[in-house]
Amino acid sequence: MALILEKHELTPVTWLFVVDAPLVASHAQPGQFVIVRVDPHGERVPISITNFDREAGTITLVVQQVGKTSGLICALVEGDELLDLAGPLGLPAPLPETGHAILVGGGFGAGAVYPIARELRLRGVEVTAIVGARSADLLILRDLLEPMSDHYLACTDDGSVGYHGFTAALLGELLAEDGARFTHCYAIGPMPMMRAVAETTRPYGLKTMVSLDPIMLDGTGMCGACRISIGGETKFACVDGPFFDAHQVDFNEAVVRSKMYVDEERLALELVTGR
Amino acid sequence: MPILYPTKTPMPALDAIERRSLWDEVAVGYTVERALAEARRCIQCQDPLCEQGCPVGVPIRDFIRRVALEDFSGAAELIRTRNVLPAICGRVCPVEHQCEAQCSVLARLEPVGIGRLERFVADWERAHPHDGAAPATRQRAQKIAIVGSGPAGLTAASDLAQLGYQVTVFEALHAIGGVLRYGIPEFRLPKAIVDEDVERLRALGVAFETNVIIGKTVTIDELLGELGYAAVFVGTGAGSPKFMSIPGENLKGVYSANEYLTRVNLMRAYSFPDYDTPVQRPTRAAVIGAGDTAMDAARVSIRLGAEEAHVVYRRTRAEMGARAEDYQRAVEEGAIFDWLTLPKRFVGDGDGRVCGMECVRMELGEPDESGRPRPVPIEGSEFVLECNLAVIALGTNPNPLVPRTTSGLETDAHGCVVTDPETGATSRKGVYAGGDIATGAATVILAMGAGRRAAGAIHEYLQGGQR
Repeated sequence: MALILEKHELTPVTWLFVVDAPLVASHAQPGQFVIVRVDPHGERVPISITNFDREAGTITLVVQQVGKTSGLICALVEGDELLDLAGPLGLPAPLPETGHAILVGGGFGAGAVYPIARELRLRGVEVTAIVGARSADLLILRDLLEPMSDHYLACTDDGSVGYHGFTAALLGELLAEDGARFTHCYAIGPMPMMRAVAETTRPYGLKTMVSLDPIMLDGTGMCGACRISIGGETKFACVDGPFFDAHQVDFNEAVVRSKMYVDEERLALELVTGR
Repeated sequence: MPILYPTKTPMPALDAIERRSLWDEVAVGYTVERALAEARRCIQCQDPLCEQGCPVGVPIRDFIRRVALEDFSGAAELIRTRNVLPAICGRVCPVEHQCEAQCSVLARLEPVGIGRLERFVADWERAHPHDGAAPATRQRAQKIAIVGSGPAGLTAASDLAQLGYQVTVFEALHAIGGVLRYGIPEFRLPKAIVDEDVERLRALGVAFETNVIIGKTVTIDELLGELGYAAVFVGTGAGSPKFMSIPGENLKGVYSANEYLTRVNLMRAYSFPDYDTPVQRPTRAAVIGAGDTAMDAARVSIRLGAEEAHVVYRRTRAEMGARAEDYQRAVEEGAIFDWLTLPKRFVGDGDGRVCGMECVRMELGEPDESGRPRPVPIEGSEFVLECNLAVIALGTNPNPLVPRTTSGLETDAHGCVVTDPETGATSRKGVYAGGDIATGAATVILAMGAGRRAAGAIHEYLQGGQR
């Protein structure tokens, strides 16, 4: 059981939770995740760790309501408990000591970008953050991310704030301008966005890492549900990742595998919402 | 000497056709009459060889005598002196390779049904609860951490708690039992039995911490350091599934046996959408491998609605690893065995879902390093086995989490933690290991034996420390 200490609305469908989890907080590294279960009949879902405070013994999770389980989590309030919380899982993101990293966050992936930015900043690496959303009201965590970035660039699909267009398009413009100034790229967000980022940086040979979140079950390397092909080799995202070389990822396969249970996911959601 | 029945008293079981759609336990268990009949087949050897075949040293001859004398509680008490999980062992032990393989009547007759009698006694005890388990009268201050709540860990925990140590079992998943929980299906081992055994351990004073991944949430270095544990037993099992590295292995509908069984057993996906975790329901399933896990996967597939469940194995029935009883049950339920068949690749449909498996027929050749005849592909015998679900049940590798995160813990080329087989002692002082993490994938009872030996060695180590 893990007590929810705070809950904040980020968008009408995205929430931030601060959870009491001292052991997870004391061992967490940027890029890791936890597995959460909220109902005795519930499934185990991976959630990126957005922030950890070792002294307070808390971790921060950002959850967007997309299916049944994320909906159940988002319905919890301060004082409620997460039935099961296990972590930190996965390997820490491999981060450089020097250079200039460009971080790309899409949708609620911005939450997972934050700990990367914070750590890079701490190490003295220059940080450019590109954060995208469909519109201004859906852009999240600017208050957290902007102070951790040397350059903070917002993007919206409708142009309601910042750059009018996709994150990868803005990234492409920055690279075309002066690609050589960047030494690393990290992208976290929806699969099409990460794929677009990979294709954008590929011609520049810019080392790019993406954080993959395939379907997981135990999260400890026991089942292989989360297997993905990296440079033709099968890896488990839960123990070998979640960060992988974007230019080696077989995105086609990853997209197909992520849709393994679309029918079941739709049914589960319909039974809850009555639609 | 009375005349012995040549065959074991039959085990009543659910009807083979009806149970194809039921998750209830298949083997119903002996009645008192059947148990008495079977117990009286035991000739009460002066030197009971069967007991040498038991990794935890159950006093088999004497408990069977108590059964024959209708002293079931006495029989239970005797078993409990050596086996803390008799209801489980009575169901899943590969008795034909252990105790029953040593049975003296085996030369001429079927051996005494030791496993069935153990189960009968354990079930009798479950039905007649008594205040058996209580914390040890002499409590010791030292704390001992058990990593993993499978059969090795539970046995070590029980022994150490009975010696009065302060025992905490750490489990990575949200439920206790390890492979007993996620690996073995309900129809072979009802989860209520695992729950009861865990409760018994709690009554002994054992503490359980779920959702703690040793090596991630806490390290062994920390357990032995600032957290003040005097010793650690690592029983983290062989949790990492093997794949074949053949084309199409990552198609939708291709599962490791671990994933398939975990979805069904731990997460109860067969009750989706009442339970939230889904699993694909096959119409034609192909299970690769022929061990216990492959039998479980085939029988699970049948219960999930498969019209055909194939078990594909590159060798023959003579070399299969499965327990005879489970093989028989699978046959009764309609599993189809494709011996001498090797998968070459998985075939996908336009949607990236598996729709078949290309296989090649094999023939047996000269003996290989294992001494078994080497299966050799027959050229030009390729064919496609149609299936919309495939399960790879070719075994597991040791779980690497603890070895990777513990300083000074030596592993071998297979990733197994190196131990002294007599004591479970590892290269790291105060750290013991046993079960699949030390031996590679084996059986429940061997893991229990290792947990027992390590518990004894830990006790000795800590006593020595006090002197």
